[in-house]
Amino acid sequence: MNSIIFTAGARILVALVFVFSLFMLLRGHHLPGGGFIGGLLGAVAFIIYSLACGPEETRSALRVSPEIIAVIGLGIALLAGLFSFFMGDPFFTGQWYWVGGDSYETSVFSINTVLVFDIGVYLVVLGGILSLTFAFEEEA
Amino acid sequence: MAEHSDPNAPWKTLSGLGTSVVTALLFLFFLQFLPTVAAGSPVRWVIPWIPSLDVNLTFWIDGLSLMFALLITGIGALVMLYAAKYLAGHPQYDRFALYLFSFMLSMLGLVLADNLIALFVFWELTTFTSYLLIGFSHADPKSRRNALQALLLTATGGLALLAGFILIGVSQGTFELSELTAAGSLVGQEYYTLILFLVLAGAFTKSAQVPLHFWLPNAMAAPTPVSAYLHSATMVKAGVYLLARTHPALSGSDLWIWILSIFGAVTAVFASFMALRQTDLKQTLAYTTLMALGTLVMFLAGSTGYAITAAMTFLLVHSLYKAGLFLTIGIIDHATGTRDANILGGLKSAMPITAMAAAAAGLAMAGIPPFLGFIAKEVAYAGALEMQLMLFVLPMALIAFALMFAVAGIVAYKPFYGPQGQLPHDPHEGPWPMLLGPVVLGVLGLAFGLMPGIAAYYIIEPAVAAVMGAPDTGGRVKLWAGFNLPLLLSLITFALGFLIYAKHQALRARLSQIEARAPDLDARWDDLLDVFVRFAKGQTRLIQTGVLRQYMFATFAVFALTVLVTLITRAAGGPALNFAGLQFMEWGIALLILVGTVLVVLTSSRITALVALGTVGIGVALIFITYSAPDVAITQLLVELLVVVLLALALLKMPHLDPSGVQKHSFPNAVLAIAVGALTTWVLLLVVDQPFDRRLTEFFEGASWTEAFGRNIVNVILVDFRTLDTFGEIAVVLVAALGAFVLLKGMRATKEEEKK
Repeated sequence: MNSIIFTAGARILVALVFVFSLFMLLRGHHLPGGGFIGGLLGAVAFIIYSLACGPEETRSALRVSPEIIAVIGLGIALLAGLFSFFMGDPFFTGQWYWVGGDSYETSVFSINTVLVFDIGVYLVVLGGILSLTFAFEEEA
Repeated sequence: MAEHSDPNAPWKTLSGLGTSVVTALLFLFFLQFLPTVAAGSPVRWVIPWIPSLDVNLTFWIDGLSLMFALLITGIGALVMLYAAKYLAGHPQYDRFALYLFSFMLSMLGLVLADNLIALFVFWELTTFTSYLLIGFSHADPKSRRNALQALLLTATGGLALLAGFILIGVSQGTFELSELTAAGSLVGQEYYTLILFLVLAGAFTKSAQVPLHFWLPNAMAAPTPVSAYLHSATMVKAGVYLLARTHPALSGSDLWIWILSIFGAVTAVFASFMALRQTDLKQTLAYTTLMALGTLVMFLAGSTGYAITAAMTFLLVHSLYKAGLFLTIGIIDHATGTRDANILGGLKSAMPITAMAAAAAGLAMAGIPPFLGFIAKEVAYAGALEMQLMLFVLPMALIAFALMFAVAGIVAYKPFYGPQGQLPHDPHEGPWPMLLGPVVLGVLGLAFGLMPGIAAYYIIEPAVAAVMGAPDTGGRVKLWAGFNLPLLLSLITFALGFLIYAKHQALRARLSQIEARAPDLDARWDDLLDVFVRFAKGQTRLIQTGVLRQYMFATFAVFALTVLVTLITRAAGGPALNFAGLQFMEWGIALLILVGTVLVVLTSSRITALVALGTVGIGVALIFITYSAPDVAITQLLVELLVVVLLALALLKMPHLDPSGVQKHSFPNAVLAIAVGALTTWVLLLVVDQPFDRRLTEFFEGASWTEAFGRNIVNVILVDFRTLDTFGEIAVVLVAALGAFVLLKGMRATKEEEKK
């Protein structure tokens, strides 16, 4: 697509959608959002970019190839599950650590494996969809 | 030959030495159990594996498994040391060491496993590692073909075995061999006959009984250390081990006695003749292994002390001398470049140590006193005299042992004495890592023969006790049993054997004439595979047409039919239609979806159809929003968006729709589409009619905050309560994406090739 308006607009739009996808990922535990939705949105961001500037430039903008992103995502999700193993709980039991307090209410924020798992989901969805799209676009 | 590169090359890696040392340490580890087990107390370890199905990883060391474990680790250590030198400099030697070591562990697991399911898993692992080892020279099509043949045959037997094990476990209420053995015989029980046939199918394929024997001589495509280890001393004995293991539970019936006696005896005699017929010494040894397996099966048919003692003694002595002989042949092959019995001769002066080791193994094989082989033969005759089918078993044993005597002469005497033939290389003595194995094994065969009491007390009698299921009183294994019938039979064997050896050239010519007229099972096997492949191709052509439309039609037709049949047979009533509560907005959304659907069906442009389909999806998302399911709605919206983008990318590359083609198929497609739609609606309305079960909803509403600290129930279910499901799903996403990626890349690669 050779529209200048689209190409120029896409650069801004991509950044906005991508940041929005991270926002959706992080707020997912309490409000609509999460890894699946975030990952889909992130993919949308880069698909817009690739429609505007072509898959090759998008690949170099991503720096890491989408297949690898997806595989890393699955690895992160697995690690999140394995972590509970080392703590002596059954596989995939959520592990919570409160920072600045000893419960959800008193702490400032928490570190937990549930979010780590959701980040893994995000990366798998993002990488999976992008690798498909790029393959379609490059297949000519 | 590539695999016989410079024998003096330094050891390429530590892998050979390392595996050998670890195996030797395992051997020492098992040695410490000898006194305990000999005193009559088996050792048992339990590791829970799948507790819900009562599948445990239990290991049981009794006399039988200890004897096997010692043979596996002891011979294993020697063979691995040997292989390090034999394959020195081979580019894939590391791989070989890995396969061989994996096999050793699988085999060890097989003989130590107390649980039938665990035993089966190890059984299949030995099949699989054997496949890798036979096909080690993977550039050679013959080697690949023989590996596949062994895999298919033994794995088929393995499946029968699994069925048999499950039948045993279900009908007896336990999968533990130790409990089964203690519970006594299954003879006369409901499933006995079926169990027996299934277990025998497994044992006979693994231990290569006639007529399923042909894979074993073919398996000699593997490098010689593999033949020595897997296809002689250990793996092929797994079938014999299984028969011995299940002996307390399955033996004693007429069926058991007849089948084992006949198959064993026929295998033994047939194989001995075939051994005599071969000129390649490795093939000769392959057939003598077959003879040994037949003999073992034949004696396991019996239940008397002498028969079982014969089987166990013969098993021990055979493992020792056969591994030794194989390794010796490997050294000869290595040093002279040939294994042809007609060429080899007079190697004694050039290879004195090899000659000594071969002589020790050969004398044990021929059954000459004071070697353990002599004792084994004496006990075997004593056992045969006690068997129910004595009139059949005794002559067969006599023929087999006499032929064995002659073959021992061909393998162990002839290459070293007499005139030297025209050899490809000048013979030289093998290096010490290769000599150690044959020498140690040869010395053991002699030492056990001279001190039969020790071998009997520590190894043979505990094994016999394990098979008999009762403590063994012993006293059968001795070098001098007095002037009796077995001694006379031994003398006849020697005389007959000597006669055969003297005439073996003429006999061999006669045998090859007979063989030429006999049916060739090996070729029939290829025919069988051909039939399979043709059948597979035919049915693939029939079912897999490659036309997507037909697949879709079939899938939806099956769906519509099954739903319809279910609805009719369950006498489902018509759904109650209630439009009363519908608002203006809901009517609007429904209209949007409907218009989209009609447009998809009527348009002749792919892009229009796609966009219209997107409208339908967005309509569905709107429904989710009106019923306050924002997470589902957002996902639906995004997925619809991405589907449109992805399909548009794909459609750009496709030709325009052919209107006449669309019309040709439109009538049946329309009928099917309407049927599927109507049926789905019907089912959904019926489901909605049911009172809604709120138990799960209430649980998640309550627990998602208190237990998982999340207010978004959908997300909490995804990442906390049902994480494993989500993990499976994202794994599927990844695999699907990678699969499509590879397919598309592959298409591009072919296109680029075509352009060139």
